[in-house]
Amino acid sequence: MCLAIPGKVVETFARGGMQMARVQFGGVTREACLEYVPETQVGEYVLVHVGFALSRVDEAEAHRTYQALMELDQLGELDAPEVDEAGGGEGPPGEPEAAPLKWRGGSS
Amino acid sequence: MKYMDEYRDGKVAAKLVDEIKRAQTKPWVIMEVCGGQTHSIVKNGIDYLLPRGVELVHGPGCPVCVTPLEMIDKAHAIARRPEVIFCSFGDMLRVPGSDGDLFSIKSRGGDVRVVYSPLDCMKIARANPDRQVVFFAIGFETTAPANAMLAWQAKAEGLTNISLLVSHVLVPPAIEAILSSPQNRVQGFLGPGHVCTVVGYEEYEPLAARFHVPIVVTGFEPLDILEGILMVVRQLESGRAEVENQYSRVLTRDGNPVAQNLIAKVFAVSNRKWRGVGTIPHSGYELAAEFRDLDAESRFAVQAIDTAEPAICIAGEILQGIKKPHDCPAFGTECNPQHPLGATMVSAEGACAAYYAYGRHLNESQLVSIGGAA
Repeated sequence: MCLAIPGKVVETFARGGMQMARVQFGGVTREACLEYVPETQVGEYVLVHVGFALSRVDEAEAHRTYQALMELDQLGELDAPEVDEAGGGEGPPGEPEAAPLKWRGGSS
Repeated sequence: MKYMDEYRDGKVAAKLVDEIKRAQTKPWVIMEVCGGQTHSIVKNGIDYLLPRGVELVHGPGCPVCVTPLEMIDKAHAIARRPEVIFCSFGDMLRVPGSDGDLFSIKSRGGDVRVVYSPLDCMKIARANPDRQVVFFAIGFETTAPANAMLAWQAKAEGLTNISLLVSHVLVPPAIEAILSSPQNRVQGFLGPGHVCTVVGYEEYEPLAARFHVPIVVTGFEPLDILEGILMVVRQLESGRAEVENQYSRVLTRDGNPVAQNLIAKVFAVSNRKWRGVGTIPHSGYELAAEFRDLDAESRFAVQAIDTAEPAICIAGEILQGIKKPHDCPAFGTECNPQHPLGATMVSAEGACAAYYAYGRHLNESQLVSIGGAA
């Protein structure tokens, strides 16, 4: 479960003080945090592991890696259910009341 | 399929195998560290393509496998509590503890949820302010940036109903432990490509120098692995012991410094117990002092749980490259993926489970009767 999955950034947005993206993996689109590759633009490809983009790759590399992961049955993490802002539909929806601290260079 | 031709090409694979044969004059034992590489090697039969003198042994690089049994039992003790919503990556749900797995806890009414990203726990915690959300933070270096961000954001937002059950492990100290063992057979390593996207490979350089062992950081596709083996064999034959990067189309020496920065703030290096192997000094992470209030082990007072492994299991020797799955009398009989006795059978990336999945527990006549197993 240490292999990262390449996907295409189709949308970027901010949430809770973090840079986020919608990333397309084959036919599935999931959220990913872009804080570790903040320079990433829409249309670029990133390696994503458990919802975090870790590095950028070119399109050809993204395609061959994705294909290889599919053959190894290593795309399972994409099957995990999507949790919505209501915490998966249980309990009332909630949003952070204050914007969290920016962590880069800051202290806790 | 336009991108596939180059690396699918059987001719390229045959050429690499041929070059390995020409380069190799003495017997060598090479270990791949990453569980993804193990899976790829066994699935594609790469070890069968190599000349007799090049033996592959399979390392401890599957985080699901090396999470110690007592940590699984701690997770289960917490997940059974009525006030807890226990969140985990899907891979951990099937791993048996002393008494069942997370699936069985869920079926008996425990609130166990599979999450895709650790950040999903934030949404669940906000929506359930009267419940305790606990995240099972396992993994190698690849997963640490994600788990670190959960701790950082939970603290920044002041979410007091989140905690982390941390069982984080690191690759270089495991390599050091293998090389330091008096029984060690490993002479060269394929380093873990995707782990190094986070931490780079600079920290492997002192290991290569100190133990005079080649380490080639390698991808997980069949041609990557063959090329990595060729690079290790060439170093061994010429007496070199360097860190080389086979996976340069993805990796740099420095990794991702932005991620390393947050990991260093949230986690502190600590001793960790590895399933099947035992405690390895400085081989993992715990929460750093200022994040210790998010530690689920102390919040739910489960530190004292201590569980012994089944005595018959040889997973520890397999994880260190001393033995292979076939050397175990229980392999494929009383130990199988449905009833794993130890570390290397609990996940598809473990050596025993990979051998089992691709029919290597069967004899030749059984393989013929099911049309070739893999």
